[in-house]
Amino acid sequence: MGTYLVRRSLLMILTLFGISVVIFTLLRVVPGNVVDILFEAAGFVDEAEKAQIEKDLGLDRPLYVQYASWIAGLAQGDLGYSYASEKPAIEEIAPRIPVTTKLAVLALLFSVIMGVPLGVISAVRQNSGVDYMFRLVSLSGLSFPSFWLGLLTLMVFVGATGNLPIYDAETESFWDALLMYSVPAAIVGFRSSALIMRLTRSSMLEVMRQDYIRTARAKGASRNSVNYRHALRNALLPVVTIVGIEAAFLIGGLIVTETVFNIPGIARFLVEAIQWRDYPIVQNLVMFAAVVVVVVNFIVDLLYAVLDPRIRYGD
Amino acid sequence: MNRKARITTLALVALTAGALSAGAAHAEKAGGILKMHHRDNPGSASIHEDASYSTNIPFMGLYNNLVIYDQSAAQNSIDTIVPELGTSWQWNADKTKLTFKLREGVKWHDGKPFTAKDVQCTFDLLQGKGDNKLRQNPRKAWYSNLESVSVNGDFEVTFNLIRKQPAFIALLASGYTPIYPCHVDAGKMRTNPIGTGPFKFVEYKRNESIKVTRNPDYWKKGRPLLDGIEYTIIRNRSTAALAFVSGKIDMGFPMAFTPAMVRDVKKQVPDAICEIQTTNVATNLIVNRDSPPFDNADVRRAMALALDRKSFIDILYEGNAEIGGAMLPRPNGVWGMPAELLRTMPGYNPDVKANRDEARALMKKAGYGPDKRLKVKVSTRNIAIYRDPAVILIDQLKDIYIDGELEVVETPNWFPKVARKDYAVGLNLTGSAVDDPDQNFYENYSCGSQRNYTQYCNKELEKLFDAQSMESDVEKRKAIVWEIDKKLQEDVARPIILHSREGTCYRPYVKGITVMSNSSYNGYRYENIWLDK
Repeated sequence: MGTYLVRRSLLMILTLFGISVVIFTLLRVVPGNVVDILFEAAGFVDEAEKAQIEKDLGLDRPLYVQYASWIAGLAQGDLGYSYASEKPAIEEIAPRIPVTTKLAVLALLFSVIMGVPLGVISAVRQNSGVDYMFRLVSLSGLSFPSFWLGLLTLMVFVGATGNLPIYDAETESFWDALLMYSVPAAIVGFRSSALIMRLTRSSMLEVMRQDYIRTARAKGASRNSVNYRHALRNALLPVVTIVGIEAAFLIGGLIVTETVFNIPGIARFLVEAIQWRDYPIVQNLVMFAAVVVVVVNFIVDLLYAVLDPRIRYGD
Repeated sequence: MNRKARITTLALVALTAGALSAGAAHAEKAGGILKMHHRDNPGSASIHEDASYSTNIPFMGLYNNLVIYDQSAAQNSIDTIVPELGTSWQWNADKTKLTFKLREGVKWHDGKPFTAKDVQCTFDLLQGKGDNKLRQNPRKAWYSNLESVSVNGDFEVTFNLIRKQPAFIALLASGYTPIYPCHVDAGKMRTNPIGTGPFKFVEYKRNESIKVTRNPDYWKKGRPLLDGIEYTIIRNRSTAALAFVSGKIDMGFPMAFTPAMVRDVKKQVPDAICEIQTTNVATNLIVNRDSPPFDNADVRRAMALALDRKSFIDILYEGNAEIGGAMLPRPNGVWGMPAELLRTMPGYNPDVKANRDEARALMKKAGYGPDKRLKVKVSTRNIAIYRDPAVILIDQLKDIYIDGELEVVETPNWFPKVARKDYAVGLNLTGSAVDDPDQNFYENYSCGSQRNYTQYCNKELEKLFDAQSMESDVEKRKAIVWEIDKKLQEDVARPIILHSREGTCYRPYVKGITVMSNSSYNGYRYENIWLDK
C-alpha cells in the first residue's frame, strides 16, 4: 500500500505539471490579452499605452520566464495579482471556493440521495409503472438544460412566493442560507441524480442476474437483504466512479447555474477571468480544479477497496 | 381689480406657492439604502480610465465636476449646465480662456481640502503631463484643444485653449469629467477611489456587489438623501428582471431593459415606472474604403441605399428607436437634422423600393448583378446587440446582389481587428457621452482619429468641424452641423442605421430619478434620489 501511495502521489505531481503547461500554453495561444479587453470599451487600442501596460504586467517577458515565475510563486504560496481587479489573486479566489464547495456538496448530496434509491427501486421493480415513471424523470433530468430549468424555477418561485432565491451574501439565518443554496443545488443535482439513477438501475439489474444473488435467494435470505446487502453493495462500484466524476465536474461545471442564480462562485469567476484573459486567476483556478479532480479520483480508487474487499493495492 | 385686491391676491398666490414648495421640500425623505441592479463588472472605479457607463453609473456619485448637466433635466445642453465645484465661470473676449471660481471649504473623502491644484492635476493627468499617469486614457482627444490649466490662487483656475471652443464647457459637464485629487495616485483611484462627491466608496466585489455610502461631510447641505446605494451585479438579464419583479432590487440598471423586457416587467409589476429613452448609442455600418470593391464610391452608396431602417427598428426594438444622422435626432437630441433634410439623404427616403432600385443600378454600374453577386464577410462583435442587426443587414444586402457571410469576432479581438482594417464590411455601435458635435465629429470622423474606424478623411469637411466648433451662436452652429452631417451621410462615411432606445425601470417609491434623453453617461450623481417608503 505504501508503494502504491508513493506511486500515485508522483503520478499526481506529474499530472499537475502537465496541466500547468497545457493551461499556460493554451491561454497564450488564444488571441488577445487583458490589455485588449481594457481598451474594449474605449473603442480603440492605443498601442503606446498597450505596450506600457503589458510591460507593467510582465507580459512582455519571454513565455518560459513567465511560466517559471508563476510556478516559483505557486511553490511559495504566492498566486500573483489579478490583472482585472489589481488585488492579490488569493483574495479573489479564496472567498469563492467555499461558495462553490457548498453548492457542489449540496448538489452531490441531492443527486446521491435521489439517484441511488430511485435507481434501486427502478431495478427491483423492473418494467413496472414505478420503473417507467422513474425512467421518465431521469430522462427529463438529462434532457432539460440547466439554464432553462433554473430560470423556470426562479419564475415559479417569484410567481408563487414573491421571493427570488438567488444569492444573497447577507442571509439572516442558517436556514435561509440552506434554502438559498438548496434551490440551485437541486437544479444541478437533478441532472446528476438522473445519471446516477440510470447507472444504479442498470448496474443493479446486471448484479441481480448473477449466480450469487440466486444462491442468496435459494438460501432463504430476505428480499431486503438480497437487494441491499448483496446486490446494491456490488452494484455501487460504477456508481462511485460516476459520483467521483460528477464531484470533479461540479467544481468547474456550475457556470450556468451560478449565472442564473447569480452565485459568485469559482465557475462563473473562471469563465469571466478567461474572457478577461486574467492569466493569474485562470491559471491558479484551473490548477485548483485539477488538484480537486486528482484528489477525488484518488479517493474513489481507495473507496473501491472499501466496497470490494477483493480489490487490494498491494506493494 | 384695485391695488389692494391685487396685493391680497399676490400675497395669497405667494403664500400658496410657498406652502406648496415647502410641502414638496418636506415630502423629500432622507435615509434608506437604494438597491440597484448592475449589469456587469466595471473595469475599475476610475472613471477617467474607462469608457463605459458600467463605470459611470455606480461611481459618478463619488465625484464632482467643475460643472455638471442639471441632474433634473432630461436633455443635456449648454443651457442646462450648472455649477458644481466651480461656482461661476467666465470666458475671455475671444473665448480662448475659461476661468472658474472654485467652491471653498470642500473636502475630499479622506479629509484633505480641495483646491485649484486638484483641478490642474486632473487635466494634467488627462493630457499625460506630470509623473502621475493614467493606465489608459480613452478621452485624451477631448482635450486636444487644451493648452494648459493655470492656477490663480487656491480657488480659481483658467483653462487656456489653443483656439476658440465655446462648447469646451460641455465636455467639462459630462459624467466622464470628474475632478480627481492631486494627492492620490491614479492607480489607487482604480481600486480605492477618493472624491468630493455625495457618496463614499465602500467596496467593489467582482461578480457580487458595489457599495457606496453617504458622505456626511458633503459640501451640499442636506444631500445626498440616501444613506447609500448597493448595486447587485447580475449578469443574466432574465434574472435581473426577476429580481426587479420580486422586489429584491428597487431599480434596474439604467438602459438595461429592452422594450420587450419593459413590456414583460410592466405586466408583472403594473405600478413599476419604466421609461424607454434614447441612449445616444447609434448602430452603424462600417465599410473599409481601402478594400476593393468598397473603394468604389458607387458600391458604398448602393449599400447605404439598401438600408431599410424601419425594418431594423421594428424587428430589434419593436418600433422603439430613432432614425437619424450622425447626431442624435430631435427632439431628444439637440443637434439632429430636421426630418425633411434627413429624407433627402441616400437611404433615408421611406420608399425602400425606389432606394433599392437605385442601389441595384449602381451595383450594375460597378459590374455586379443577379448573375455576378458580390460575396463579402460582414464582421461584427460576438454580442447580441451587434450580431442581431448584422444578420438583418446581411438579409437586406441580398437585395442588391451582395451575399454577406456573418463573421463574429470575440470582444478582445474586435477593435484590434478594425484598427488593422482587417475587415471589409462591419456592423458597429457608437456611443456618444456628450450630445455635442465637437465630441462626435472629432472622435468619429476626423482624419487619423483612433475611433474613426472607416478612416474616412475629408480635409474640407474638417474645416467645417472647426468652424462649427468655434461658432458661439447656437442657431448658426446648428446650420453648419447639419451641413456636416448631411455630407457625412452622402459620403457614406459611416451610415447610421438607428439610434437605440432602452428602458429604465424603478419602483414608484424611488423618487428623484431623471433619465437623460441624449446621453447614457451623465445623469448618475444620484444626490437627489430619495425613497418614499
